[in-house]
Amino acid sequence: MSCIEACGLRKAFGSTIAVDGIDLRVEEGRILGLIGPNGAGKTTALNAIVGLTPYQGELRVLGRDPWRERDPLMRDVCFIADVAVLPRWLRVSQALDYVEGVHPRFDRAKAEGFLAKTTIGRNSKVRELSKGMVVQLHLALVMAIDARLLVLDEPTLGLDILYRKQFYDSLLTDYFDRSRTIIVTTHQVEEIQDVLTDLMFINRGRIVLNCSMEEFESRYLEVIVNPESLAAARALKPMHERQVFGRSILLFDRVDRQQLATLGDVRTPSIADLFVAVMSSQAGARQGVAQ
Amino acid sequence: MNTQLDALPESSGGSLAIARTEIPALRHMYWALRRELWENRAIYVAPLAVAAVILFGSLISTIGLPHRMRALSALDPARQRHAVASHYDLAAALLMGTFLIVSVFYCIEALQRERRDRSILFWKSLPVSDLTTVAAKASIPFVVLPLLTCAITFVTQFIVLLVSSAVLAASGLSVATYWAQVSLFQASLLLLYHVMTVHVLWCAPIYGWLLLVSAWARRAAFLWAVLPPLAIGALEKLLFNTAHFAAFLEQFLTGSGTEALMAPDTLPMDPTTHVTPGRFLSTPGLWLGLAITAAFLAAAVRLRRYREPI
Repeated sequence: MSCIEACGLRKAFGSTIAVDGIDLRVEEGRILGLIGPNGAGKTTALNAIVGLTPYQGELRVLGRDPWRERDPLMRDVCFIADVAVLPRWLRVSQALDYVEGVHPRFDRAKAEGFLAKTTIGRNSKVRELSKGMVVQLHLALVMAIDARLLVLDEPTLGLDILYRKQFYDSLLTDYFDRSRTIIVTTHQVEEIQDVLTDLMFINRGRIVLNCSMEEFESRYLEVIVNPESLAAARALKPMHERQVFGRSILLFDRVDRQQLATLGDVRTPSIADLFVAVMSSQAGARQGVAQ
Repeated sequence: MNTQLDALPESSGGSLAIARTEIPALRHMYWALRRELWENRAIYVAPLAVAAVILFGSLISTIGLPHRMRALSALDPARQRHAVASHYDLAAALLMGTFLIVSVFYCIEALQRERRDRSILFWKSLPVSDLTTVAAKASIPFVVLPLLTCAITFVTQFIVLLVSSAVLAASGLSVATYWAQVSLFQASLLLLYHVMTVHVLWCAPIYGWLLLVSAWARRAAFLWAVLPPLAIGALEKLLFNTAHFAAFLEQFLTGSGTEALMAPDTLPMDPTTHVTPGRFLSTPGLWLGLAITAAFLAAAVRLRRYREPI
């Protein structure tokens, strides 16, 4: 059974279309990165998945309708919908007590273990913690819940790079196993490149790229082109071209690696580079239509 | 579909299968209530603070108590009792006033604050239903605050009674007469009855309305709670030059629950008060009010469940 299945998922706020007919299938045991510019509809799509917003179209999460069957679904789904949503009056110990009290799958020892790696005091109130510590606390609570689907919307916003690295490491080593599914959105794209199993770009409410990381690595190649081969390289119709230190870097989709190797140094692009390439080609296409 | 769902966790490891056990609804309710008490410490801090002030004042005034009691002994028994009990009644009235103020302010904030500080996104990520949450919040003005206030009132009065008795005994005056005049236990039961009938059951629509507005209004919940009734009254006056709505509200607020008891005096704790629960319970207005309250609360649950949280 797929963890998430969506067909024609659509959501409009008045005349603004936030999600414009998304078809989506996420299998169990995947880590999907949902990448998109601000206002692309990521959060709306995630809110629909965790039953926070009504929608049009078909959507099943763990076999349930998230809007109508939200209460039973919340035992199997966990999410961080936004940063800084922990109430400021809450004490750390109270947060642990409460989640332990209401969640059948919360492992308190595990949460205490995560917190032990931080400097967060048990007796502190959320308002006394730094922004980064609040995120750490929330993550400690969420990662100690044995959920089948974890939805993280910008989970590391406000954390410094050490904490972000630590977070994704522990997400992989302490949390993830093949029976769980994780969806994560972030703007710090490079940091999750090694974490993801699947990649999805979303722009203006539509999916503009959807592939597994294996596919990503075999499909997309970046070439630092030798100056003399530039014309030949351009003839192969790169998706995107950019200049770094006077050298041209061209990004290709589905072009043979051997062939590219004759033009310059070939490497796998970063998600961020591919993202920029896809988004600018979208913008170019739109301008073309406008003209 | 369900069998498939239930079968899956067992195949994917023991920890999931163990964690499958349900948490009973009562435990959810308990933790939802704990949350309210953590978040709104005024629920118990305010009555305790008032009780402390009352205790402080009472203890100081016991200095003059033997003198006052000697002066009172010249009066007839009914007026003696009245004079003695009035001190205790004042304490009860202060605490009841605190209860009403705390209730109103609690209700108006209850379902709005979690949206304002966005913490609703955290609460809704946990498997506590909206019905449980609203029920826990409603139980604060309907159950927790009245019972707590009555208990605090009783303890406060009892301490004053004990200290006064000690002072009187030391001055060689009759403690037994004093206890009979105060008749604390009877007065406390009357107070409890009065609070549960007049301030809770009869006033239930007010709390229900405040909770509903709190769930609905994005900001300025207090204005939204107060202005519509005023607007209806004003419109009626302008359009029909009548004041039925205002009269209805006035009757509801001032004549509240007069069916519950017949007090000879203004205060219900007087031992000559007759409780009339039968008459109270057979008042159609009471049941109409409770039905309206239920509708308000159901609407509040729906709003929390089906509206975009922020």
